[in-house]
Amino acid sequence: MSAVIFFIAAIGAIAGAIGVIAVRNPFYSVLMLIVHLVSLAALFLLLRAEFVAASQVVVYAGAVMVLYLFVVAYVGGGAQLASGPVLRILGPLFALALAVELCIAMLGSTLKGISGKGAHYVLGFGTPRHIGTLFLTKYLFPFEIASIVLLVAAIGAVVLARRRRGLETMGEEQQEYRISAHPPVNTGTIAEGAGIRVPTPEQLEPEVEVIGRPRDGGGW
Amino acid sequence: MGIGWFLAVSAIVFSIGAGGVLTRRNPLVVLLCLELMLNGANLALVAFARLWGGEDGQVFALVVMVIAACEVTVGLGLIVAIYRRQLPIDVDELNELQG
Repeated sequence: MSAVIFFIAAIGAIAGAIGVIAVRNPFYSVLMLIVHLVSLAALFLLLRAEFVAASQVVVYAGAVMVLYLFVVAYVGGGAQLASGPVLRILGPLFALALAVELCIAMLGSTLKGISGKGAHYVLGFGTPRHIGTLFLTKYLFPFEIASIVLLVAAIGAVVLARRRRGLETMGEEQQEYRISAHPPVNTGTIAEGAGIRVPTPEQLEPEVEVIGRPRDGGGW
Repeated sequence: MGIGWFLAVSAIVFSIGAGGVLTRRNPLVVLLCLELMLNGANLALVAFARLWGGEDGQVFALVVMVIAACEVTVGLGLIVAIYRRQLPIDVDELNELQG
């Protein structure tokens, strides 16, 4: 039974991975990655990693992929270009060589348990209780570092993607005006009192001239 | 199932991700392929945790997932910034930092 589940999940994981790089539209790539992640969660369950499988589905396939879908929908996929001729041939060859090398390195190692089913299963292996105990005792420092890294990433993403002045087309009200008004008339200056200066009709209306938009303040 | 089967799957998934990083030019897909590589590594970690009989590998896998989430956040922020600057969304065109 576990062999059947393993082969279904493994085929799903590998097919999803191939789909991610084979599909042209990035939107479908993200959907294929969700297939891959769910299959991988099934493999985690077979390895008795219940908590990792659950967080894989909830955090990865749920939250992170929704973020991806939002960005793909916002950016719009971009140009669907193939890479240069050299990489298009060398890339798959490199991937194949890497797969062979990794398989040789891991399966050809002299680890005795690698063909077995793993260590003896004790009840409670991989449950949130054990994981949490490890996180708060033995791995407390990585746990705290991870929280700081999350905070830095969140702030960094907000700084990177925030809306800057000058990047978008501005509305009329944001344009800069220079109001070249003449000296105010009928305010009781000596020249007016002496009748030397008589206001003309256009002097009663201040002259408004658009001199341009505020300069682009952004740069990254 | 033997642990070796899981390790083989993880190696294949990692290699597919590496090939995708090399061959695709859309930075969104490159990020997705990075996710594939991290997931392959995660599968190997969990498989070795099962082999060893301790949860330490699973803790490591969870930390890798946290770092992957951070990487996605910053990467997608960069892509949105690239889009806002109306630069081409293409890793071959974005070569201003090339020496």
